[in-house]
Amino acid sequence: LLDKRLLFVTGKGGVGKTTVACGLAWLSAQMGKKTLISEVYPTQDLSEAFGCQKTEFVPKKITENLWAMSMDTEASLREYLRLNFKIPIVGRIGPVAKAFEFVSVAAPGVREILTIGKYTYEAKVRNYDCIIVDSPPSGHIVGNLSAPKAINELVKVGPVRSQTSWMIDILKDPRQTGVVIVTTPEEMPVTETIELANRIKKETVVNVCAIVVNQVLPELFASKEQEIFDELKKNSKPLSNFIAEFDALLSAADLAVTLRRSRAEHLAELRQKIDPQIPLLYLGYEFTKPEGIRQIAQIANGLGEELGVM
Amino acid sequence: VSLTRLDSIVTSKEILIACGPGGVGKTTMAASNAIKIACDYEKKVLVLTVDPAKRLATALGLKALGNQEYKINLSDQLGPKVKGELWAAMLDTKESWDQLIERYSPDKVTADKILSNPLYKDISSRFVQSHEYIAMERLYELHAKAKYDFIVIDTPPTRNALDFLEAPARMSDFFASRLLRWLIIPYRSRIVNLASRPFYQIADRILGSQFLEDIAEFFISFQSMYDGFIQRADAVSALLKSRATGFIIVTTLDPVSHRESLFFAEELEKRKMDLLAFVMNKVLGPQLRSKKAYQSAEYLLKNTEVIAGKVSESLNIDASILKRVLGEIATSFINYRSLAIKEAGLEDVTKKRIPHALKAPYLANEPVNVSELYNLANLLWINA
Repeated sequence: LLDKRLLFVTGKGGVGKTTVACGLAWLSAQMGKKTLISEVYPTQDLSEAFGCQKTEFVPKKITENLWAMSMDTEASLREYLRLNFKIPIVGRIGPVAKAFEFVSVAAPGVREILTIGKYTYEAKVRNYDCIIVDSPPSGHIVGNLSAPKAINELVKVGPVRSQTSWMIDILKDPRQTGVVIVTTPEEMPVTETIELANRIKKETVVNVCAIVVNQVLPELFASKEQEIFDELKKNSKPLSNFIAEFDALLSAADLAVTLRRSRAEHLAELRQKIDPQIPLLYLGYEFTKPEGIRQIAQIANGLGEELGVM
Repeated sequence: VSLTRLDSIVTSKEILIACGPGGVGKTTMAASNAIKIACDYEKKVLVLTVDPAKRLATALGLKALGNQEYKINLSDQLGPKVKGELWAAMLDTKESWDQLIERYSPDKVTADKILSNPLYKDISSRFVQSHEYIAMERLYELHAKAKYDFIVIDTPPTRNALDFLEAPARMSDFFASRLLRWLIIPYRSRIVNLASRPFYQIADRILGSQFLEDIAEFFISFQSMYDGFIQRADAVSALLKSRATGFIIVTTLDPVSHRESLFFAEELEKRKMDLLAFVMNKVLGPQLRSKKAYQSAEYLLKNTEVIAGKVSESLNIDASILKRVLGEIATSFINYRSLAIKEAGLEDVTKKRIPHALKAPYLANEPVNVSELYNLANLLWINA
């Protein structure tokens, strides 16, 4: 997974998409790869997750081998113009950028192409071994990834068309580029993941290279043990004599069993409906809910174990 | 007899908007409250969902939800005495846009021209928070029709929970903008316009003039509808701020969602919008917070062998298996307790900020039918 140069991490809101993206970046950096992680909106999710100073368009070093940046389409436009047309825009970018911002609201794909363009450019010039993009949630990622193709079809001539060609080459190469979908074993996230994987396949040139299933609950009982647990529920008296509040303990375990069971069903559905070629990586539920860098390190360890690299 | 909080909501409001971060149970909460209002107040209620789970459609007894409004059978499960009516509909973004274009086009030719434009599909699905806008637009339309006494709507999952509040104003700004006029000036005369020249020089070089012209053409065909669009978007904005509209924020007590919801409550307050209820949803049971039970779990975990040995005979269970089962029971209590304690902390924070915050319990199994949805609302309002 981490041999790829460009990874887009996406998933439904609330499943831990950003944390998993940070975990992947952390793991990659620990493996000695020069790694860049980027958020696609200047939301400062990354600086909050890492507890570092605010991220900007120009990557900042967070730790050994790891840089972080925030996408800024205006800055990306400026860089693009400077590199491709030798147009150094310093003072006048204000009104022009405002107009551009407006057009990017109205015209399909302008904002997306500036975003994707920056990442594919970084992949092309090989400043980093691994670029991890904390991408927009499920609904929007397809629009982003399909932008170069859409522009390529809409714009028949001009410099942009030739620009999109090399972008598409990078995006469609499964050795270089992949999408990682993050999900949890719950109804809505699983349904969305299945839909998203299909849409990515149908509407974009990019390949889904892994699905990370976050917050998997531990199995409590083997079948013989489950029988005994069920018996204890029916007749808790003998144990209540030795253990205060034993019924409260039983009902907590019962909750754990029920949750685990319903999640297992969703997990089975996911495995069944996703292309068997796509690996599922499992991350356990963290009851202690660590925060900040410890949480990222824990996710990185979990991913490392799943990938067999740590 | 004094009014309960739900009484006063139902008597003073016509629209309840459920908002909050993704994955907290907004849609379920919206449906559940709609059922309660229909049943307990004998109202004709519509629940409009923009982010539907298949399970919700199934729970309401529907094969699928569509843009069409469907009547839900309540009396099957809640008894023949139920006088209110529940209707449900889902938001289909594409279909709603098409209808909007058809309504505001001066004639069919213009409408067809827009609907068949290759840019239209792309633009309608993406520009100016299209999904958020169309959800609020649909709400406006249904409210204006006055077919229902009360409408409950959930909100689309957004990067920023405020997007849907601002979408109508942004839509209006967009069509009123000077920049839009620049864009649709016939291409040749742009040369004359000094102010816009630098923009076009750059845009031409990057995008090519043909592409710009395609876009311009699209917005020109749209031009006859601008006034209608602006008026409509302003009316939608006004409805969201009107006294008929109130909000219910739904959150879970996990730190990220919780922070976002409190921020959202503040923003509503700033805009003088009416926060009717703040729901802490899926809160783990109070027995998990018990200190005594915790000590007991710790004790059990340290003494599984001894305890299993003492009772295995009277229960007629193999002691070594019993030992493992007891160990798992104690461990899962300790695990879930640590979650419950964190939730308790966030609950305290919430209550300091919003003293009347409501609480709904964690249900190991999501509601799967009308009566379970009704029960959830009853649990929510029981102490309010």
